[in-house]
Amino acid sequence: MASISLRNLVKRYGHGPNANQVIHGVNAEVQHGEFVVIVGPSGCGKSTLLRMVAGLEEISGGEIAIGSRVVNTLEPAERDIAMVFQNYALYPHMSVFDNMAYGLKIAKVPKDEIKTRVDKAAKILELGHLLERKPRELSGGQRQRVAMGRAIVRQPQVFLFDEPLSNLDAKLRAQTRLEIQKLHRELGITSLFVTHDQVEAMTLAQRMIVMNGGHMEQFGTPEEVYHQPASTFVASFIGSPPMNLLQHAPGARPGTLLGIRPEHLDVGSEGWEVVVDTVELLGAERLIYARLGGEPLIVRVEEGALAPRPGDTLHVAPRENRLHWFDADSGKRL
Amino acid sequence: MVERRPLATAISHFVLILGVIIIAFPLYITFVASTHTSQDIVQVPMPLLPGPHLIENYTHAIQGTSGSAASTAPVGHMMLVSLISALVIAVGKIAISLLSAFAIVYFRFPGRTFFFWAIFVTLMLPVEVRIGPTYQVVSDLGMLNTYAGLTVPLIASATATFLFRQFFLSVPDELVEAARVDGAGPMRFFWDVLLPLSRTSIAALFVIQFIYGWNQYLWPLLVTTDESMYPVVMGIKRMISGGDAANDWNIVMATAILAMIPPALVVLLMQRWFVKGLVDAEK
Repeated sequence: MASISLRNLVKRYGHGPNANQVIHGVNAEVQHGEFVVIVGPSGCGKSTLLRMVAGLEEISGGEIAIGSRVVNTLEPAERDIAMVFQNYALYPHMSVFDNMAYGLKIAKVPKDEIKTRVDKAAKILELGHLLERKPRELSGGQRQRVAMGRAIVRQPQVFLFDEPLSNLDAKLRAQTRLEIQKLHRELGITSLFVTHDQVEAMTLAQRMIVMNGGHMEQFGTPEEVYHQPASTFVASFIGSPPMNLLQHAPGARPGTLLGIRPEHLDVGSEGWEVVVDTVELLGAERLIYARLGGEPLIVRVEEGALAPRPGDTLHVAPRENRLHWFDADSGKRL
Repeated sequence: MVERRPLATAISHFVLILGVIIIAFPLYITFVASTHTSQDIVQVPMPLLPGPHLIENYTHAIQGTSGSAASTAPVGHMMLVSLISALVIAVGKIAISLLSAFAIVYFRFPGRTFFFWAIFVTLMLPVEVRIGPTYQVVSDLGMLNTYAGLTVPLIASATATFLFRQFFLSVPDELVEAARVDGAGPMRFFWDVLLPLSRTSIAALFVIQFIYGWNQYLWPLLVTTDESMYPVVMGIKRMISGGDAANDWNIVMATAILAMIPPALVVLLMQRWFVKGLVDAEK
């Protein structure tokens, strides 16, 4: 069983009082076969975390276990993992076949076994006709698939993905996302997937880790993260447009923040009185940028609804069961 | 430039043709001279068309059977000495530079920067500057009149180390990490990934270093006293006696032509790779 346990994981660069700590005691248990996405803004430590699991970064404190084995001091090759890199990191001088076979060749897997495994992976990824090509003769999407193929043939316990879709164009990204999902369903291998794109995170994840400034803000299913964000950071990071966070909302106690998602506000004849600033049409829906007192508030309405004009006064009613309360100082959910 | 003006075209052609003549005419004279008898060459005016003694002169030169007053060492053997030295120098330089650049770029060890700068500083100390002490060392080690004496002091190369370092730095880190995940150790990575990627740089350096080794003059002049260890570039000089007797200029010129052939061949044969190595970084 290849679960992944992160226990009090710490990463520091440098020593002593000047050390720059980038991971602050992360604890997480990833179940066998689970697809977990690590998401967060740039510089939040998500890639560092993944690279620590891969063995490419040293661990300053705490423990990483893959299955029942603590892997802190093991070389990447001994951890039984495979990694897909952001820029694919294919060996430019080797053919697609050799790229996929290289790890197995080093592991001294017999030749015919290598061939079987590579052919199988190539079939899954529809790379069969490209095996003799060099990476530079492939398109971005094909290179991406070769990189995944290289990971698959090793039959690892764990897949690690480091923003593998960020170099693809939007259409290909959506398509590859589906392929990765399909692949995970077929192979059922425990996967960690790092991204800064919340759409990728929401669509791919069975559970997701939201990171901010080296801290794990929340670890939960996409539904939990969306509907019960653990902090104001999660609330504003996940969801587009972000959740409205109001300090002076009617009925709010001092020292608390009221959170309400733009789609959970109903325009009607009663409720809060807001003044419209701007209106954006996004196709199927409209975003109304308004002010409640002095605070900005975004309301999402159906495209068919009557469009208000800037300067109009509207009444919006928050749905009571969709209100989120946060502590104003710590930002934690109450 | 994509400008098309007849005058500019004419001028640029004129300049280029002039340049070619300046370079090529001495070569042509050398060739013409190597096809006449020594008496014919010293006539005024000198013949400007090839004569009938080509095969005879070259045979004399290669076998060293001219009967001149100065050195008559066989050119064939001297060329062999030159070839061996140039090859050892080129291959040795490349091997050592590759390994030292690999160490400096990919390993974190105490004094890494110091060693890099130490290598870099030796750029300021070419053989000519340190020729006295180097000679002392080579002679104390009993390496005079040996291939080791001819080549070893010329092998260490800061230029090549620096070139490979720059190339290695441009290899993406992800490639190193991918190799680590694939289980390739440092030497395996060097051999399977880095070396194939450096092919074109290696070829370019080989050409440069082969010519460098072939053209050595001052150093062999010091460390060889035995005619059987003379490289050809030095041999040409030895064939010219200092004005006491008539020189066999035809044989000297034949030797010069022969000495030019191998470097020219290396450049011609490796031209494609050479240009590629200097121009594009295939990654």
